[in-house]
Amino acid sequence: MDKRVALITGAGRGIGAKIALTLAKENTDIAVVDYSDESAAKETLEALAQAGVTARYYKCDVSDFNAVKTVVDQIVKDFGKIDILVNNAGITADKLILRMEESDWDRVLDINLKGCFNMIKHVTPYMMRKRYGRIVSISSVVGMMGNAGQANYAASKAGIIGLTKTVAKEFGPRNITANAVAPGFIKTAMTDALTEEQKQAMYKQIPLGCLGETQDIANAVKFLVSDDARYITGVVLKVDGGMYI
Amino acid sequence: MTTLEKLKEILSECKGEDLNITPETTFDELDFDSLDKVDIVMQIEEAYDISLGDNMQLSTVGELIAKIDEAVANK
Repeated sequence: MDKRVALITGAGRGIGAKIALTLAKENTDIAVVDYSDESAAKETLEALAQAGVTARYYKCDVSDFNAVKTVVDQIVKDFGKIDILVNNAGITADKLILRMEESDWDRVLDINLKGCFNMIKHVTPYMMRKRYGRIVSISSVVGMMGNAGQANYAASKAGIIGLTKTVAKEFGPRNITANAVAPGFIKTAMTDALTEEQKQAMYKQIPLGCLGETQDIANAVKFLVSDDARYITGVVLKVDGGMYI
Repeated sequence: MTTLEKLKEILSECKGEDLNITPETTFDELDFDSLDKVDIVMQIEEAYDISLGDNMQLSTVGELIAKIDEAVANK
């Protein structure tokens, strides 16, 4: 297969960076889109360069409609095309609804959900003309099961599922697939900081009895953008150790 | 570049092949589907900084050229 180009949001660190490194091993050039300064993504960019692919950094607030258009146009100018879009950028602002401010709701929905729309809106015209595209958006099992203290986050992740299914239907005739990956509890710096008691309580909710790794999410994305998944669109692939069945 | 030449460029890019169009060419002949039509209208709107609306019922390239020229004149 020819070298492909992937635009990955929130790719500076964490799950996004792992997805970028995993796709880089599959002969894919990477456009790293992130809200933080480039210095925060230094390690990721170095690792991508070591993997032998072309990687460029683009600072962008995905919730800004016009800024996303500018960045997408620039990426197409720099790389010539976008084959793969991974909507990974996301934030949390956890509070019970009783304590949640309007601004907590708006900011999380703007970045997590509107950010996906903005990217899809501006990337799909290019994919349409190429008659090829692979879109994967990172949802969450919380979007399917709800979670106390995460009304904004859960709503945004549920919204991603509806958006994904609609994109799958609208763009299927152009050989553009759209799927979502729904992680469960994933091992991060945040979960490392939990007490042993808290971890045990968490494990009890997961049939496989352990937390997921960022690589587990990256593997799911790698599959969904591969030719092996060419006939799969509109699905939500849970990667949660069976937490939500 | 004339409107016809610009349209030829947009329609060819959308179709993925070089199209030979004249004002008499019909959209039935060109066989664009609904997604193509939306994409074409968006590209024209961006190229000319005009608004054409969502429900254009046009049968020939010539009619579209007239519509574009009219919108440009009314800017």
